[in-house]
Amino acid sequence: MINLRFLHVWRRNLLVWRKLAIPSMLGNLADPMLYMLGLGYGLGGLLPQMQGGSYVAFLAGGVVCSSTMFTASFEAMYSAFSRMHVQRTWDAIINAPLSLDDVVLGEWVWAASKSLLSGCAVLLVATALGVVGSPLALWIIPVILLAGLVFAGLGLIITALSPSYDFFMYYFTLAITPMMLLSGVFFPLAQLPVWAQAAAQVLPLTHAVALSRPLMNGLTPDHVGLHLLVLALYAGVSYGVARHLLRKRIIK
Amino acid sequence: MTLLSVAGLRKSYEGREVVAGMDFSLRPGECFGLLGPNGAGKTTTLRLVLGLTQPDSGSITLLDHDVATHAREARARVGVVPQLDNLDPDFTVRENLMVYGRYFGLSRAEVERRIPELLDYAELTARADARIQTLSGGMKRRLTLARALINDPDLLFLDEPTTGLDPQARHLIWERLRQLMLRGKTLLLTTHFMDEAERLCHRLAIMDHGRIISIGTPRELIAANIEPEVVEVYGDGAEDWAAATGQQLAERCEKHGETVFCYTHDAHAMVASLANQSEHGDVRYLHRRANLEDVFLKLTGRELRD
Repeated sequence: MINLRFLHVWRRNLLVWRKLAIPSMLGNLADPMLYMLGLGYGLGGLLPQMQGGSYVAFLAGGVVCSSTMFTASFEAMYSAFSRMHVQRTWDAIINAPLSLDDVVLGEWVWAASKSLLSGCAVLLVATALGVVGSPLALWIIPVILLAGLVFAGLGLIITALSPSYDFFMYYFTLAITPMMLLSGVFFPLAQLPVWAQAAAQVLPLTHAVALSRPLMNGLTPDHVGLHLLVLALYAGVSYGVARHLLRKRIIK
Repeated sequence: MTLLSVAGLRKSYEGREVVAGMDFSLRPGECFGLLGPNGAGKTTTLRLVLGLTQPDSGSITLLDHDVATHAREARARVGVVPQLDNLDPDFTVRENLMVYGRYFGLSRAEVERRIPELLDYAELTARADARIQTLSGGMKRRLTLARALINDPDLLFLDEPTTGLDPQARHLIWERLRQLMLRGKTLLLTTHFMDEAERLCHRLAIMDHGRIISIGTPRELIAANIEPEVVEVYGDGAEDWAAATGQQLAERCEKHGETVFCYTHDAHAMVASLANQSEHGDVRYLHRRANLEDVFLKLTGRELRD
């Protein structure tokens, strides 16, 4: 039976976001803009053509996913942890006729929604810079929604395990940063040693980038089904694990 | 309708039994108090009753719903004032009520209709658009209480509703709670304040170590557990006086800290002796009626609980 109670939690977060919507959107736009200007033109000017296009065009296809990853992770960790542990917002909500599962689902979908916005902002910036190949790029939107669910789920797992904000640094250092550097966001995976290329296949960001880059450049990606399957598995399993751990932490 | 009925309730954490066999039920329109020292199991009992944690055994019926399977439905007709303030700091006073009302599935229009009355009840009409961080402790409590009423509940749970408040703020909360009783609401509150329990509660259960050790009206508890009069004796000569005279005149003497508590049915002789003694000795005394605190301390002991 599908119930939509989680939307109450999602809407609560949306109402808070709305109060700071303008600075938040500006941040969403400024961040990728800086990447594309600084790295794309600055560094890209020194580089030859990448896969038949400019480096900015190449980079846009990766940054659209890394931005999504960062936004979803921050929201599912720092923000969700504040609501769970510091403000005790979740405690208040589960005194009402909502269950913890409703709360976790609401937070998961919310973090993904917010990251969808930041991914779309990159898409907008890329369009403005004229590096979007064709309307095929619109297919990036479902890809980043799925990627957002992946990183929101993983972030909620860390939140469930975390005694304090400091704990999140481990995850950033040990998971997010390596993922950022080894998933083909800044350079083609083929540049890496073979063993590292194989290892990169385990990372969800690799699969998101494998879909978004060709779409950004007006091409149809290869192995669409495989990449979607990996992302969907990551999303579903991480959400399930996060829910289990949060139940253990809060319901006892 | 069964408001709340609890039978054989048990719950352990890591081998320690926090709730060790509780049985009680609420009567319509009463204020029922769970009174106990820190760690007696009061808050865990509330969590169990709301279905926020699973009991090891026992059954709970809340507003005709079996909490084991239908806690969420039952909570739709319950209001909760938690021990720690968990108002939403991202919203104003009015928004807090609005957002909370929506959790109950109420329409925006319906919540908007209820808000003015609740603001008035909480005496926060003038602060409706204030941020939570700018409210005093008493205002926050009142808002939490108003928030608990947003769904017009039949039953209200209050976990130590006046802990941490100054005397003025406490009196205002008590007055608001009495208003609710006049409107026919049933209240379940936990407290470790005797004056609060004595003032508000029709019936009380004194809890310790996860069990109810005595249950009844405040008067019944006093009558059943303790002699009606108390003489507290203190000062340097208190112990000598107690050994020489107090032991014979009182039915029971207990020394705690530097004070000797003498319990009796008739304190005349003791008071006469002390009045005489205190004129040229260093003994001071206080003669009073036994109260709930005496019962509480007798039943739960006087050792410090953290």
